[in-house]
Amino acid sequence: MKDMDSVTETAIEFEGVIKRYGDAVAVNGLSLSIRRGELVTFLGPSGCGKTTSLRLIAGLELPTEGRLLIAGRDVSRDPASERNVGMVFQSYALFPHISVLENVAYGPIIRGVKKPQARDKARTILDQIGLGGLHDRLPSELSGGQQQRVAVARAIVQQPDVILFDEPLSNVDAKLRRRVRSEIRALQQEFGLTAVYVTHDQEEALAVSDRIVVMEKGQIAQFGTPEDLYERPASAFISSFIGDANIIAGKVQSGRFIGAGLDLPVPGDAGAATLSIRPERIVLAAGGTARIDSVTYLGSRMEYAVTSGGLALLVSRPITEPRFERGDAVQLQIDQAGVTRLD
Amino acid sequence: MKQFDRASFGWLGLLLLSVLVLPWYRGGDLGASALGEGLGARPWLLPVAVSAVLLVGLALSVADWRRHAAILPLSIAGLVLMTLQGFAIGLNGPLMQGISSIYPTAAQGQPGIGLGGLLTGLALLGLISDALAARGFCRGERFAAACVVIIVALLSLFVFFPIVKLGSAAFTDADGSLAIAPFLTRILGADLWGLACLTSRYSCGVVINTVVLGVLSAAFATGLGLALALLVARTDFRLKRTLRAISILPIITPPFVVGVAIIVLFGRSGVVTAEVADWFGVRPGRWIYGLPGILLAQVLAFTPVTFLVLLGTLEAINPTLEEASGTLGAKPFVTFRKITWPLLRPGIAAAFLLAFIESLADFGNPIVLGGGYDVLSTKIFFAVVGAQYDLGNAATLAIVLLALTLAAFWVQTRWLGRASYVTVTGRSDAGLAAPVPRWVRVAAIAAVVPFVVFTLAIYVIILFGGFVTDVGRLDLTPTVSHIWTAFSFEIGAEGLRLYGSAWDSLITTLWVSALSAPLTMGIGILTAWLVMRQDFFGRRAFEFGTMLSFAIPGTVVGVSYIVAFNVPPVDITGTMAILVICFMFRNMPVGMRAGMAALAQIDRSMEEASQTMGAGGARTLRDVVIPLIRPAIFTALVYAFVTAMTAVSAVIFLVSARYNMATAYIMGRVENGEYALAIAYSAVLMIVMIACVALIQFAVGRRQLGRRTELQGAAAAQPAE
Repeated sequence: MKDMDSVTETAIEFEGVIKRYGDAVAVNGLSLSIRRGELVTFLGPSGCGKTTSLRLIAGLELPTEGRLLIAGRDVSRDPASERNVGMVFQSYALFPHISVLENVAYGPIIRGVKKPQARDKARTILDQIGLGGLHDRLPSELSGGQQQRVAVARAIVQQPDVILFDEPLSNVDAKLRRRVRSEIRALQQEFGLTAVYVTHDQEEALAVSDRIVVMEKGQIAQFGTPEDLYERPASAFISSFIGDANIIAGKVQSGRFIGAGLDLPVPGDAGAATLSIRPERIVLAAGGTARIDSVTYLGSRMEYAVTSGGLALLVSRPITEPRFERGDAVQLQIDQAGVTRLD
Repeated sequence: MKQFDRASFGWLGLLLLSVLVLPWYRGGDLGASALGEGLGARPWLLPVAVSAVLLVGLALSVADWRRHAAILPLSIAGLVLMTLQGFAIGLNGPLMQGISSIYPTAAQGQPGIGLGGLLTGLALLGLISDALAARGFCRGERFAAACVVIIVALLSLFVFFPIVKLGSAAFTDADGSLAIAPFLTRILGADLWGLACLTSRYSCGVVINTVVLGVLSAAFATGLGLALALLVARTDFRLKRTLRAISILPIITPPFVVGVAIIVLFGRSGVVTAEVADWFGVRPGRWIYGLPGILLAQVLAFTPVTFLVLLGTLEAINPTLEEASGTLGAKPFVTFRKITWPLLRPGIAAAFLLAFIESLADFGNPIVLGGGYDVLSTKIFFAVVGAQYDLGNAATLAIVLLALTLAAFWVQTRWLGRASYVTVTGRSDAGLAAPVPRWVRVAAIAAVVPFVVFTLAIYVIILFGGFVTDVGRLDLTPTVSHIWTAFSFEIGAEGLRLYGSAWDSLITTLWVSALSAPLTMGIGILTAWLVMRQDFFGRRAFEFGTMLSFAIPGTVVGVSYIVAFNVPPVDITGTMAILVICFMFRNMPVGMRAGMAALAQIDRSMEEASQTMGAGGARTLRDVVIPLIRPAIFTALVYAFVTAMTAVSAVIFLVSARYNMATAYIMGRVENGEYALAIAYSAVLMIVMIACVALIQFAVGRRQLGRRTELQGAAAAQPAE
């Protein structure tokens, strides 16, 4: 997975990391490296091992086997308190009994900074992050968005080797999510932080990440840029987990995919094949052999369930296009850019 | 990395200091250390000293010593050597065969360990935990690892070791040799299992007596508790507040005094007895002594416990279930029978078992009211302090009692653990609880009113009985003579002088309670934190072990402590330390439960946040956990304090002429028939307790501190009640 043309310093390195809880394996042989200054997201369904991976970096779990390096140092056996990481928790985990300022100054004080200097540091970072004037409030007196910014300030005040985000948007109002996530991204880039981000929301992952690790059953399913993952999914799991996909089985013969009533040009060896076709890459035109089974209005676009030669397909069209009704006969045109041969 | 080095040198320095300088034996001089004694007359201490010095030398000479392969084996070896020599050579010479051929001077024996030995053990445990943490134990968290290792060592020494010693005492005869046959005779004897009471006027075996009493007492207490709980949770009954208040009283009531009050009421010359005799012309009898009296006292004492358990169950039942039944057309009676009652059953079983276990362990009531009705706890007591001292017999009876209690506990955890329908989700569901059917309400009131009247009568006697001439004969002339006998004092030229016969025991009791309460709370809360928040090998066994110490009846603990700590290497009988230690380990599970309940309400990511910011376990505990669980700390402190002031079953074996406890003193007065004095002292104790609880509350601070968290997001902390 190493990118040869951009030789940058490695911030985090997993080397064959395994984490077991009794008989259950949460992380199964994870090997990957994260470059300094990039934001990498661990994405996957619940129980895939993404949160465990994050906690391994934090030191809140120790690997059963394998090595973990942060900034070139083997930290596999070091507890959280002896690593230099910042973490933003799902629930923010602000200390409810002390003020915002004390929350942010806590880390520096623990690490031996004198109290007045620690408070100065905290004030500076709080002002930078747009929370000037709220220093003496208790966390419970802040709004959810403000609480989250305090959590971020607290995590970055010590210039950590890496900042970790554990599903940071799950407690944010749906309406605010887009804004908060772009704030996080802007902050990460402004401070040049190496960040690891965990989420189960693929849209969020696509929006914030430099690179994404998709995990399945404790292993890496695919590691790449958002474009890689969306446009060149490595498996049926990826293509249906990131965005929607029609997964179709058939055969490739002399450069064409034949099966389920489709006939598409597909490069590669002859033989059994599985295709992934993005629903928004299927164009509908009036007249033809396919039929509209159901219509779903989604505001910005329309979703159609279409049957073509015994094959059920999901099609997504912009709202600006002419609409079809249930029962209409339509013709399918499939854009090559939306087709990936899997397996 | 900075703190790392300071902490390591702490253990290493302590090891060196304790092995080279501090007196190894109790009462020894400075310099009579493991090294000093080892080079002198007691060469068996040399291996300990040498391995300790080697350990320190090695640690100082290698870079990353905690991960060095030899450190862990060497520390363990040091601890094993230390333990072995302690048990191999006793006060009067060798205890292990062949030891004399290695160390000819072993014949002179050795006293119990003192400061040096104690701290050497502690330092070695600390080093072991450090080395384990470096290998990933407790997620590498050194403070937590040290706590686990040290608490395991303490539990082994003060809970499991005495029980093992007790077991071996049951199998040995007076001269110390193995004796299986006497054990078998004892344990199968008719005085344990006899059923003579069914067919004749002779009494049954003591095990049968104990179980019969336990079952009856648990049945009555559960019934009353259920009636109380239904009235409080499901009706608009007027006495709700009174009931809740009454349920706290038994916790602060010294033992014996309820028994004494019952005698004052129903004894041969009792108040009620005399009235009844007058009215109906019956001859006053001694019927209260024996099963009826004990049963009465126990039901009064245990009903509050069953009440609280059942109230909890009732309040946890989701009212929507009952509403659903109602909307489906069921009448209140049908809903109660088909919905409420089945949901209550696990709670009823739990309450029953709890009362049963309490009854098995009860010592205070049977000793006062027992008459000729023997139960295991009193029988054990008389085997140790009675006319014929028979430790083997006491140990055998103690094992039977322990087995019974553990069996009940086993049933409770195994069977009830699965049978519980009520899932506690944290958030109470909306909806109004269904009122109980009328006949249930009537029955409940009929059961509760006598209970309340009776309890009030008992407490009126307790509060005023000590301050009148003779409450038993209804001579109600106020007097302070009883209290003066106990607590007379004089302020003269030499300052305050305390003459009263009870001062010593009161002062000792206050000392022991004041010392043991914070220790009990500390170890309980710490253990709760380890169990709830740390991930280490053997955590389940650890949790089970701590809870087990609660299951052991007090009398069993008392006997086992005598057996275990009367002789070196740990000879602490007759000291105040043994009293403090006894309370600490008996009551730690309560602190633990309070701590666990509070921690369950607190989002653990706050602690994790603290850790990622660089705080170790101790710092996180101090800065984050403790401020948030203050109410649990208060509960644990108060409980530990109050229990230490009122407990009797274990300490009755452990008190000495020098360190007598209030409860033991009261028991002596009861045995002499000085009821008024006993009652007066009990009243004083209760007042002192209430004052102390107020003081603790003042010191620990505002209770509702945790509430602020309520305003936080959904996943954040809930207030700890």
